[in-house]
Amino acid sequence: MEILGQFNYWVSIALAMIGLYTVISKGHLIKKLIGLSIFQTSVFLLFITIGKVRGATAPIIDPNFSSYSSPLPHVLILTAIVVSVATLAVGIGLAILIKRTYGSIEDDEIESIDKAEEN
Amino acid sequence: MKNYLILRVITKLLIPFILLFGLYVQMHGDYGPGGGFQAGVIFASAFILYAIVFDVRIARKVMPMWLLTILSCVGVLLYCGVGIATLIYGGNFLEYGVLSSIPSSGNHIGILIIEIGVGIAVAAVILLIFFSLAGRR
Amino acid sequence: MIFVFVTGCFAIWLKDLVASTIILGIYSLIMATIWVVLDAVDVAFTEAAVGAGVTTALLLFAIWLTGKSEKKVNRIQWGAILGVILTGSLLIYGTIGMPDFGDPSAPAQIHISPYYLQNSLAETKAPNAVTAVLASYRGFDTLGEVTVIFTAGIGVLALLSGFRKRRKREKGVIQE
Repeated sequence: MEILGQFNYWVSIALAMIGLYTVISKGHLIKKLIGLSIFQTSVFLLFITIGKVRGATAPIIDPNFSSYSSPLPHVLILTAIVVSVATLAVGIGLAILIKRTYGSIEDDEIESIDKAEEN
Repeated sequence: MKNYLILRVITKLLIPFILLFGLYVQMHGDYGPGGGFQAGVIFASAFILYAIVFDVRIARKVMPMWLLTILSCVGVLLYCGVGIATLIYGGNFLEYGVLSSIPSSGNHIGILIIEIGVGIAVAAVILLIFFSLAGRR
Repeated sequence: MIFVFVTGCFAIWLKDLVASTIILGIYSLIMATIWVVLDAVDVAFTEAAVGAGVTTALLLFAIWLTGKSEKKVNRIQWGAILGVILTGSLLIYGTIGMPDFGDPSAPAQIHISPYYLQNSLAETKAPNAVTAVLASYRGFDTLGEVTVIFTAGIGVLALLSGFRKRRKREKGVIQE
């Protein structure tokens, strides 16, 4: 347990790095959105890991149990997941508008079209 | 998707149960896992399933856009309305204890109404987003 | 855990966006089982409905509207990899100070959670502490979240329905 005590944090960091790499390096806007949602899940994993207590049960109060995990991170993440789908939808809406206006959702192509319009 | 008989029949069978399950999750949120957010999404996913398997146009006739816009406003306003009601009863904003003579059952009533508001708002907004995406092209 | 990591990698690596989206759905479902293992049943519920259901449907529709596959990029971007590895190692260095997994005496467990767990049943008559905290103790917070979702819905509506009208107007100008 001592060695693997921080394993969850590491997985969460690794997922965050996958998401960050996607957002930086991929040019396709939908792919960037997928990367963003993976990034969000990594943050959720971090929060839920903090809330977990070893040997405890889910925080539904019952006389048969005495030890519960912390309910506060669950509340925060519960709302954050629904907000994340709402922000994802706004991103998709923007991507569709960009596709309609520019005819492409690749980053570099949009930039070249912009430069051609300025000249 | 017009030609897949199995999909159409199974979808028709499943949708009432999905809706029922959504209502169960909504109303059972204070005793087990569940609540307004989950119930709203489950409720919306039943309509999304219908729209994918049959046709978006038919689903839009069942749930027209103006109704969804109004419903999403109603959800948020229901939440705020509970807050205003507690103000009128003499408490702070969103202090549910004043809704009933016993503070704890007042709290319970407040939680139920607020979860219903959240459920309506979430379901309506997700359907709104889905239909405005799917109605393109 | 390792499954999550592998599916996450695949979702990024695949060029075909449809396959990538489906794998993202699988990723969310595995994530939901992990929430159950970590005692967060409400979160698992939401993740299974939102992540595996609604997100996949929305992304599929977006791909249907914007084109199916990504452009082939052959070069690997070393700058991005370098930056990511640097940030990641700094973050891992930061975990040295974090409490162990499931430690009952961690700061998150001793601050306000015991109050919620002891008093929520008596004060709200709701055995599910998550719902009690969500709707009662943190009611303002949840009101803010609902407003954010509402605003997002109105935003998407404004983005996607304004365009059609504008195009109609442009066509009208041309015809005149």
